[in-house]
Amino acid sequence: MTALGKVVRTTAFKLSAIYIAVFSAFAVAFVLYISYSANALLTNQLRATIAAEIRGLAEAGRTGGIAAIFRIIEERSHQPGASLYLITDLNGRILAGNISQVPADLFQRSGMGPITVSYERNLGEGSQHVAMVQVLRLPGGFWMLVGRDIGEREQFREIIGRALAWAVALMIALALLSWFFVSRRVLQRIDSVAETSRRIVAGDLSGRLEVTGTGDEFDRLADSLNTMLERIEHLLYGLKDVSDNIAHDLKTPLTRLRNRVEAVLSGPVDIEAYRTTLEATIEESDRLIQTFNALLMIARVEAGSPDGAMSEVEVGAIVRDVAELYEPMVEEDGAELTVSVPEPITLKASRELLGQALANLIDNALKYALPDGGRPLQIAVSATGAGNYLALRVADNGVGVPETDRERVLQRFVRLEESRSQSGSGLGLSLVAAVARLHDGTIELGDNQPGLVVTVRLPIKTG
Amino acid sequence: MRILLIEDDKEAAVYLCKALREAGHVADHASDGDTGAAMTLEGGYDVLVVDRMLPKRDGLSIIEDLRARGDETPALILSALGQVDDRVTGLRAGGDDYLAKPYAFSELLARVEALARRRRPGEAETVYRVGDLELDRLGHTVMRAGQNVPLQPREFRLLEYLMKHAGQVVTRTMLLENVWDYHFDPQTNVIDVHISRLRGKIDKGFGEPLLHTVRGAGYMIRDSAR
Repeated sequence: MTALGKVVRTTAFKLSAIYIAVFSAFAVAFVLYISYSANALLTNQLRATIAAEIRGLAEAGRTGGIAAIFRIIEERSHQPGASLYLITDLNGRILAGNISQVPADLFQRSGMGPITVSYERNLGEGSQHVAMVQVLRLPGGFWMLVGRDIGEREQFREIIGRALAWAVALMIALALLSWFFVSRRVLQRIDSVAETSRRIVAGDLSGRLEVTGTGDEFDRLADSLNTMLERIEHLLYGLKDVSDNIAHDLKTPLTRLRNRVEAVLSGPVDIEAYRTTLEATIEESDRLIQTFNALLMIARVEAGSPDGAMSEVEVGAIVRDVAELYEPMVEEDGAELTVSVPEPITLKASRELLGQALANLIDNALKYALPDGGRPLQIAVSATGAGNYLALRVADNGVGVPETDRERVLQRFVRLEESRSQSGSGLGLSLVAAVARLHDGTIELGDNQPGLVVTVRLPIKTG
Repeated sequence: MRILLIEDDKEAAVYLCKALREAGHVADHASDGDTGAAMTLEGGYDVLVVDRMLPKRDGLSIIEDLRARGDETPALILSALGQVDDRVTGLRAGGDDYLAKPYAFSELLARVEALARRRRPGEAETVYRVGDLELDRLGHTVMRAGQNVPLQPREFRLLEYLMKHAGQVVTRTMLLENVWDYHFDPQTNVIDVHISRLRGKIDKGFGEPLLHTVRGAGYMIRDSAR
């Protein structure tokens, strides 16, 4: 497309064109209105002046007769800025006044209100002027004409017209100028956005929109788009992760399952062997389903569940509930579980997910903590408020997690070598991390010296 | 018990109907939403088992219509969606229980029987009796063979739920849902330990055991002497 075509197609251009049109229309209408009302006002004034003049002359005529009128007219005719006067006899011969010529048919139009005519003054300049006049018939067959020159009014009209033309021209020029600068700036920004999006579409997900730091609308837009891009990138990588994980960690048990059935089928017919294998198959598929559910749940939680499942919950109650659920089991294992919730803390959260996260953490401690030296396992669960944050802590005195592995164990299906002997899918901590993220919180694995302490920090949001 | 199964997966439906009949129930089957809705109009069913996603008509809307007509037939919703919010929408639409696919048949059967039981009169009983075990819901006391058995509040609720469904299989997830009000999947056998504790209190030292483990399904409290 041509540069001009591109410019014409921009929103900035269209908006500017519309603004110019609208403002011009307003300006023209406004000036027309002013000139119309000014004109009307001036015309009325002229009429009033002429009427007053005639009344004065008539008054003089009643007391002093026609001679008085003649005298007054003669007197006034030669004053500067005077009105226009003319008295003729029946034949149109000029007897008095300051007009040398009027249209011939003027007197046939007598009796009407003030009319506009062109005339010639008798001052010898010989030029035509325009005036508003009233023609009267005097007793004795004389015609009398009284009027005012309206050249001024015409001049005024001209001035307004010129002002109007200038105003519109200036406005258009200014609008064009401002549009040029605004659109150039806007076009530049938009072009940069378009360029970045093209890069992203082409597969470079790390691309981000430019933020100039001026804090204008474009910056705000770029900011939210960047946040969106970050989220998309994160989700996409999550998705890729999940498919990789599924491929690897679900195929293994499925293959195992298939092989087992195949082995029994190819062997001799043995009801007892069939039964055992089928039972093992059910067990294995139940575990697979469990793993699947856990995976799906993580995916759902990571995608950001709708607020529907969120409600005002008292964290202490959840902690106590879950601890109570696990307490007999802890006791059976010869371990010890202590709960510490110094004060009730209420926040908007998903009770189910927080419960599940706590259960996973306690479950992990029971399965993997294994203190050495035969010391009894101690698990301490606590929920404390610190400023705007809730800290959910599950600590044990087991073997802990080496610092280098602490990030890694949060990923899906990651299991440390030492824990391979225990049942588990390697999804427990991933879910806890996802739950923390869903609540805009964080998860942190630390050293309990000895043992592991997992801290989930959630912002306390209410309402 | 007459059960109407509305499920579009043919294979699953055939298997379920067969298994339900083997468990001693009468099972009818509808393979799409419209047929299913028409069959609910005839009435006479004790429990409906409704798949959530059906051809022609959504399973939830069938239940909504049913409830709008004042029909209170208990309904169990089956769904591939098993998240908390899906469960909430299902129950809000008028469903009485929600089971996520894939499920074990024993789980489905236990829930269907529990639902049918809920409707029967006698729900307002204040004292549950199984053999010589007696649970007073108002007084919060438990007696076995005339002897007072002290229980923790949670153990009391656990026993109360088991006795309410005496003679029926109660699964671990049903217990977690109804006694603890959590729907997640505990990775270990936490419920089993609670049961064995309860068993130690109500069965140990008394003649005939009442609290039984049903292999591969769950638990049942019943008077085996009868």
